[in-house]
Amino acid sequence: MGAPKGRLPALGKGPLKARAGSGEALPVVSSPRARLGRPMLRLEKITKRFGSVVANRGVSLEVGRGEVLALLGENGAGKTTLVSVLYGLYAPDEGRILLEGKEVRIPSPRAAQRLGIALVPQHPELIEAHSVAENLALGLDLPLFFSRRGLLGRLRRLLSHHPLGVDLEAPVHRLSAGEKQRVELLRALLNRPRVLILDEPTSVLTPKEAEDLFQEIRRLKAMGLAVIFISHKLDEVLAIADRIAVLRGGEKVGELRREEADKDTLIRLMVGRSVAPPPKAPPPREEVVLEVEGLTVPRHGFPVQGVSFALRAGEVLGIAGVAGSGQAELLEALAGLRPYRGQVRFLGAPLPKDPARLFALGVAHVPEERAMGVVGTMSVAENLALRTYPRYAPRGLLDYRAMERDAEGLIARYRIQTPSPRTPVRFLSGGNVQKVILARELKDGPRLVLAMHPTYGVDVGAAEEVHARLLDLVREGAAVLLVSEDLDEILALSHRVAAMHRGRLVGPVPREEMSRERLGRMMTEGRA
Amino acid sequence: MEEALLRAVLFGTPILLASLGALVSERSGVVNLGVEGIMALSALAAFGVALGAGPYLGLLAGVGTGVLGGMVLGLFAVTLRANQFVAGLAVAALGLGASGLLGKRYEGLPLEWTLPEGGMALLAFLLALFLHHLLYRSRFGLYLRSVGENPKAADLFGVSVDGVRYGALALGGGLIGLAGAYLSLAYRPSWTDGMTAGLGWVAIALVILAAWEPLRAVLGAYLFGLLFFLQFRLQGSVPIPSEAFGAMPYLLVILVLALSGRARAPKALGVPFERGR
Amino acid sequence: MRLELDPNPRPQKTFLAYALFLLLAFLLLGALFLAYGVSPLEAYALLLSPLTDPLGLAEIARRTIPLLLIGAGLSLAFRVGFFNIGAEGQLLLGAVGAAYAALFLPVGPWTLPLMFLLGGGLGAIWAGLAAWLRVRFGASEILTTLMQNYLAYYLVVYLVAGPWKGQMVFGFLYTDRFPQEAQLPRLGETLVHWPTLLLGVAAAVILHLLLFRTPLGFAFRVQGENPLAARYLGLPGGRLLFLTALISGLLSGFAGVGEVAGIHLRLLEPAQISLGYGFTAILAAWLARGRPLLVLLTAPLLGLILAGGDALKLSLSMPFRVVDVVSGLLLLALIGAEALGRHRILWRR
Repeated sequence: MGAPKGRLPALGKGPLKARAGSGEALPVVSSPRARLGRPMLRLEKITKRFGSVVANRGVSLEVGRGEVLALLGENGAGKTTLVSVLYGLYAPDEGRILLEGKEVRIPSPRAAQRLGIALVPQHPELIEAHSVAENLALGLDLPLFFSRRGLLGRLRRLLSHHPLGVDLEAPVHRLSAGEKQRVELLRALLNRPRVLILDEPTSVLTPKEAEDLFQEIRRLKAMGLAVIFISHKLDEVLAIADRIAVLRGGEKVGELRREEADKDTLIRLMVGRSVAPPPKAPPPREEVVLEVEGLTVPRHGFPVQGVSFALRAGEVLGIAGVAGSGQAELLEALAGLRPYRGQVRFLGAPLPKDPARLFALGVAHVPEERAMGVVGTMSVAENLALRTYPRYAPRGLLDYRAMERDAEGLIARYRIQTPSPRTPVRFLSGGNVQKVILARELKDGPRLVLAMHPTYGVDVGAAEEVHARLLDLVREGAAVLLVSEDLDEILALSHRVAAMHRGRLVGPVPREEMSRERLGRMMTEGRA
Repeated sequence: MEEALLRAVLFGTPILLASLGALVSERSGVVNLGVEGIMALSALAAFGVALGAGPYLGLLAGVGTGVLGGMVLGLFAVTLRANQFVAGLAVAALGLGASGLLGKRYEGLPLEWTLPEGGMALLAFLLALFLHHLLYRSRFGLYLRSVGENPKAADLFGVSVDGVRYGALALGGGLIGLAGAYLSLAYRPSWTDGMTAGLGWVAIALVILAAWEPLRAVLGAYLFGLLFFLQFRLQGSVPIPSEAFGAMPYLLVILVLALSGRARAPKALGVPFERGR
Repeated sequence: MRLELDPNPRPQKTFLAYALFLLLAFLLLGALFLAYGVSPLEAYALLLSPLTDPLGLAEIARRTIPLLLIGAGLSLAFRVGFFNIGAEGQLLLGAVGAAYAALFLPVGPWTLPLMFLLGGGLGAIWAGLAAWLRVRFGASEILTTLMQNYLAYYLVVYLVAGPWKGQMVFGFLYTDRFPQEAQLPRLGETLVHWPTLLLGVAAAVILHLLLFRTPLGFAFRVQGENPLAARYLGLPGGRLLFLTALISGLLSGFAGVGEVAGIHLRLLEPAQISLGYGFTAILAAWLARGRPLLVLLTAPLLGLILAGGDALKLSLSMPFRVVDVVSGLLLLALIGAEALGRHRILWRR
């Protein structure tokens, strides 16, 4: 992975010791000023196990009134589990929770709400078919029978302290991702909570919307709420938090005040080592691999229209976009999963519209949802052969031994962690499932890779490997169309960057001329 | 003509009731394939009790049996989170079998005091109206619809998904029980094995045709009632074998299913709700 | 009390769950026998009585044959996600096809194979119809195949009471007796038509091999386990479903041929032919957990229940419906136990 960059930070508290999960106790990095006098909420030594996996081990936290505590950690570190325990979705195996000094039991989300704990989940979980008002109504103590007007009036009264930001009568399925999250926030605020938990709230927001959200959080803080802000993004955490707690491998490995924290320290705490930026890819070749002209994909909401671009061999084109702008549909259309109109040429010939044909011709598709890309009950070997299994049956019967042999090779090359090639894929962690998908899609050396959020929900180590494998292929001349919500990923890997805005393609713009701000503008305003 | 309409309503009534029962639980996300069996067992219970204690207590027994049937399905579909379709089929078989077994001694017995058909039909119609009101204007109705669309969201909002589903199954079961009681106490005051004649399945299909709306179910049920009536009337007077008439309702159901195939079902229909992972 | 998903259930817990549910089913069945008016012990003894003598075993074998054929086909169908509840109707259509070949076509050494071809074909088409309705219109095959059962029922009644009515009528409706060439050989004095039995065994083995050792079977499994992934790969979902329906219908049709050509030797009222095989076969397939080979074990088990039910009917005048009760209870017990085994119980106040 390359030598770690930078020096060990001077913390004044002694060097950091072993990796988390090794069983050794880690010294918790904290300063006396980090502890508070009267915390609103206190978690003491929370432990939660799922079978043999320990999601949280002895985690202790505190949040005070009018304070923002950031819970930082990479994917899989145990942040969401911890918060689920707090919200009554799981019962902790060990440990206790204290609210304003009194121990409480939280058997269900309803109990959590009654205690004044509110959660804004990472992905808006709303009733799409119902209106905003009907969704919010679920959070109220309703009378047995009620009228629409009565409900609206009551909601407006209860939310009078907060700017609404959405039309109460609009059906939820017509809202943008940012608006849906606003609804989630309103719902959380309805019953005047004491503790507000925000789980990765900016994952569906544009940079501007994220800034608005931070303003909102500061306003709520001033009103006296205790806020827990979960994230894996350092910039955000440094922007909004008063105190930062870092989780790694299910344990708390550090807790510090904002003033004491800097990016390097946080990264080391989060990952246990320095993270190298991905190596740059060489400039692309001349040969044009993919030509798209006037691509139109019909769908609900903004249809994808008039998309045109060309992709050359050895080039990575990154496409960013606010959720729902059409980038998923664009990729799915090219992958043969959606009907479309327009001209698309692959290596000079029209692009087929059948996924099986596409793969045979050298077009790989790393899908957005892992659920689509693997069959959970089938083994790792079978999933690695999901595209090519007919090859293992030259005389009619499948040769499983050959399949498993090939699987072992891929498992080694991609460092997939699995007890055996025969293990059903559903027992693998998210990052490893992603590696299986990647290994399968890339193993035949495709000319074009359609990658959708390839490192979503994957821990930093696995993400690095995914990037490395992709870049290997790019060096050999493959073209990559990369769609991602992670702007850093796009900016790090792409030769050219574009954005989808309301179904239209903005750009592409060469990477050298790109900045985060410019990309944010492209995503929200549709101008390059 | 009037007779046709009257007969249509009278025959459509058990279909309507059973359909409303299936509809309620489906709106909450649980498929109830056991309607046929629950209806049969309720019909038997109603008949048996009515013989000794009069038709109104019999009615109560029928409804009670229906509620019980719904709760049994709830045990498997909600608490145990087993496969709803298979559980429903098993309940159907169990209900049909148990009613056939225990009902043998009641076959052919006459019933002195019966329930008024017209009154029951009116009750069914009113229940459909009530259900509509319940679904869209009441707290329970909102919870029920939410649980059927997105139980995860409802759970996060603090709604008890399991509780609501049990409630829906109990209410639905009661309606199905009412349908069964109607059959054995009002429509054909007697007990025979197989008297439900597949109406339970028709009722389930009707839910799809009615797009899960109680008011539409009324129209659909009476339409079926009309067709059943026509089947009886035209037999003999038209040169089509009587078996063809017997088969017509079922053929109709297939047609209905083909036409409404991909109608918008409650999003979470048929999927057991597991909290968390 | 709440149930939470348990990722690594211990085998002892699963075993206990099954034991608990089976015990409950056992007790409930006994209670029902009592309510009916017979001693539960006597009833249970009768239920198991076919195991006690060669004649009883032959009865079990006779009932195993259609269960094996239908069950093997259904285990494949369920695996792929086609819930064929219409085996009963497909069986009847198979019987119709066989009767046609036996009674209305010139007979000879080709007759028996022709009957299987025609009967199986009709069964396949009947199931295929439901698959087409699902793929083309999105109509639920659970309901369409159920309705088709009723249609098949009325068809047979029509034929047997009308155009195909036999010369001799003794209060029951049936066609003429099949000619010699259209009769399946049997084992000795029993009603066990062994060629169909062999067909059933072959079906289970072949389908198992197909499902687990061939590319087509691989595609079937992907489609059944994760239709989204199947779409992502470009697998022809509609065609796979259709093929599954055809296979399942074919085998159910074969079962119907076997019944009329091996046992009744004529076409009868549907209630006389079918004897509840449709639903019991569903149970046999479900018990086999999607592995056609296991139907070789589950079919005889359910054959026992059916034969026992017959014994109950004959000795205690119990309605044959009691078989539905046993099947229903057994199925509930099994899915309940399986579901319970997958979860942990949390006791919280």
